[in-house]
Amino acid sequence: MSDTSIKPRIEKVPLSEQFFQKLPVMLVPLLALAGLLAIGNPASWLTLTVAGLAMGMMIFIMASGLTVVFGLMDVINFGHGAFVAIGAFVGFTVLAWLAGWTESPSVLLNLFAVLIAILAAMLVTGLLGYAFERVIVMPVYGEHLKQILVTMGGLIVAQQMIYVVWGPDELHISRPEAFQGSLIFGEAAIEKYRLVAVGIGLALFLAMRHILQNTKVGLLVRAGVENGEMVEALGYRIRRLFLIVFMTGSALAGLGGVMWGLYQETITAHMGSEIMVLVFIVVIIGGLGSVEGCFIGALMVGLLANYTAFLAPKVALISTIALMVVILMWRPQGLYPVVKAK
Amino acid sequence: MPDTLLSLSGVHTHIGPYHILQGVDLLVPEGGVTVLLGRNGAGKTTTLRTIMGLWTASQGDIRFVDHVITKLATPEISRRGIAFVPEDMGIFTDLTVAENMMLAASNGPIDEKRLSWITDLFPPIGTFWKSSAGTLSGGQKQMLSVARAIIEPRRLILIDEPTKGLAPAIIKSMTDALKELKETDTTILLVEQNFAMASSIGDTVAVMDDGRIIHSGDMQELVEDTALQEKLMGLTLEVHQ
Amino acid sequence: MLTKLLSGDTPRSSLLTVILLIVLVCLAFAPFLFPGTKSLETAARICIFIVLVASYDLLLGYAGIVSFAHTMFFGIGAYGTALALSATGPSYVSLAWGTLAGAVLAAVFALAIGLFSLRVKAIFFAMVTLAVASAFAVLVSQMSWLTGGEDGLNYKIPRELTPAFKLVEEKVLDVRINGKLLAYYLVFFASAFLFLVMLRIVNSPFGRTLKAVRDNAFRAEAIGYRVVWYRTTATVLSAVMAALAGSLLAVWLRYTGPATTLSMEIMIDILLMVVIGGMGTLYGAVLGATLFILAQTYLQNLMGIASEATSAVPFLSTLVAPERWLLWLGVLFVLSVYFFPSGIVGRLRAGRA
Repeated sequence: MSDTSIKPRIEKVPLSEQFFQKLPVMLVPLLALAGLLAIGNPASWLTLTVAGLAMGMMIFIMASGLTVVFGLMDVINFGHGAFVAIGAFVGFTVLAWLAGWTESPSVLLNLFAVLIAILAAMLVTGLLGYAFERVIVMPVYGEHLKQILVTMGGLIVAQQMIYVVWGPDELHISRPEAFQGSLIFGEAAIEKYRLVAVGIGLALFLAMRHILQNTKVGLLVRAGVENGEMVEALGYRIRRLFLIVFMTGSALAGLGGVMWGLYQETITAHMGSEIMVLVFIVVIIGGLGSVEGCFIGALMVGLLANYTAFLAPKVALISTIALMVVILMWRPQGLYPVVKAK
Repeated sequence: MPDTLLSLSGVHTHIGPYHILQGVDLLVPEGGVTVLLGRNGAGKTTTLRTIMGLWTASQGDIRFVDHVITKLATPEISRRGIAFVPEDMGIFTDLTVAENMMLAASNGPIDEKRLSWITDLFPPIGTFWKSSAGTLSGGQKQMLSVARAIIEPRRLILIDEPTKGLAPAIIKSMTDALKELKETDTTILLVEQNFAMASSIGDTVAVMDDGRIIHSGDMQELVEDTALQEKLMGLTLEVHQ
Repeated sequence: MLTKLLSGDTPRSSLLTVILLIVLVCLAFAPFLFPGTKSLETAARICIFIVLVASYDLLLGYAGIVSFAHTMFFGIGAYGTALALSATGPSYVSLAWGTLAGAVLAAVFALAIGLFSLRVKAIFFAMVTLAVASAFAVLVSQMSWLTGGEDGLNYKIPRELTPAFKLVEEKVLDVRINGKLLAYYLVFFASAFLFLVMLRIVNSPFGRTLKAVRDNAFRAEAIGYRVVWYRTTATVLSAVMAALAGSLLAVWLRYTGPATTLSMEIMIDILLMVVIGGMGTLYGAVLGATLFILAQTYLQNLMGIASEATSAVPFLSTLVAPERWLLWLGVLFVLSVYFFPSGIVGRLRAGRA
């Protein structure tokens, strides 16, 4: 390319403004610090922080698809929770088939079993995402009211189908041997599975960032979020791009479902709609359409939920609502408002 | 007499409850610049957007190189060789200049030779290659928008008011660039309100009012025929300024 | 006179008029036409849900706003009455102030949520209300010292409204004229009154502006209507109506708990009733609520028969099992959003000669 590139003159931004621009990123450590002060005991704090991060990562996995889908096509899928639940049920079914592997002491077999369960869940929810987009969402593009209603209807049908296929009872499963138990750091006990969840979530976030920043599909998604018409005018079929994103988002919801299921070790057909509340809060906090905002929002919600569950168990869910209200008072469009051309 | 590249016949476009285009008949000859004049709200932008498929005509035919493109989707229209520079420039501000250009080259990697021709036409594209497009000035964004449209050879470029809100010096360099572009075998359909600029590069002209074409012909004729100008300008007041 | 009572908004379809009249007559004489506790329970539920669904339609159909907090307002009304009755005894005074307090609290909540989130987008409001309503449900079930938690509240209502109170010693038309009957007619007339009030609201200049705002917010704003104000007012009105319906339920059941007022299931039921009955036509609420509750009560029996008949086919029999009736309503719901957005009422009106 052109080697003569010269850095553009960047206006000096006042320090205070720089601080405010960076503030959203700082919110997570700030919240963790506040948690430390409130809890006092570093060991409990560490346990809770890891638990909160793990929960946040799982919510992020489930929420990320939803927020990109909104950014790209202005579609909010109220049925997104169905993919979470179906993913969890598919994953549990596969794990139950592979009981021989999950109960074996071999870490490798354990990992294999979980990997196969995750892949199966993502495959099923990805394909369901395809069907959902074609049948439920496509006829109502651009009509918000109908979108909300129809996707909600899709959620009802999907939940009922879970009952039909898997029966009305909740499912239980134990985590594979390798993911059971805790690691001890000084006085703090940290569940192994939570570390795994943090690892997967972080890896996924970094992968997603890489794709969005450095690949053509990622560039198209970002361009499409800002101005879908122009992307079409440049010759790209945005509907196809959207379908890919929708399927990916659904598959990620399925992944999140399996991870959440293994975390709780119990799943119900309603788990999707219950988690959706947290997912929506996270998406709103982050700014509809923003992946970074979604990540920060998810971590904050995870941390806050765990801290308050320890400090004042009765107000755990209320505290996340309060967080949402406070964030929206500060930034009415969420932490990272998404620039829209229209 | 050059061949007709694009023709609209009896095109009607509705936007929601509003009937914007009310039977547009327009011929764009191959090669050269056709200017679309008219006051605000006459339907110029809607005409370009309807050609591009961003709004679908409810009636009438749009033909491009002997094919009817009226009902095609925007990406299909674009792939037939029509590029679009919208009124709001449609820059992806979240992306860098380089990324904007990369996406515009939808058929593959950027042709280096063509790029250096473009950076000669619009030096800021090279200068700010790696910066975020959101940090560009209005004029630079306009240049980027035109540059995107020509990064690959196109048969027809639709440009919507490229001089709107720009400083005179930038208008001049934009005009020069379009003149140079004219020398390649690209046809331009230009919406413009600045008559001085329009008459300096236009070959043919069409004047719109109330969703219809009310005059079309040679630009030179219109420039010379002050009586006709008066008559049309009476309808299209802004053109005068 | 009748037209005036209906605020000039007549059913505009002879078949619809006949159906509505049948519903009205059946509800008005339910204790005599369908003796038995179960049918009276069903009739009262239908009355209350007509108000609840109509109040939701005020928001969804007339203002074009999707809210998931409607059961929250319903619950606030019910808990207001329930708490007043259990705290200050079964008097009409506590009934009145509990109902009033519930309605006022619902209005304040609705105002806050409306001002807070209606500025942005319909979709935003839907998400915020979903989050707030589920948090509220959790809060109520956890504040067991006040609300009785998951078990809810049992309380006494004024004696004149209970079966123990006998108005006439003998049976009339084979029906006991007791306090339960009075309670039913309280529910019936209150519901009818609230319905007529809502009919008046949607046919007032306010209601017409609301529809204009729904159809083209941008244009309405340009003409000079304060869109946020109209939407917020609609939210508040709808919340107050829902709270009053909640109070009626609290009186009728003599019990208030999360499952009967706050649950997401009820929210989804309301949504189904509005859409199937017909959005933006208050009469749709009447049809939607009536059909849905009848189906809820009796369709399941029918499906039980179908399920037994198909018990040889394993998958099919689970599909038509009585517990799966919501599956079919969900399908019906999706189809009606696509194909009959104006629901049954819209169909009937379109079909009129």
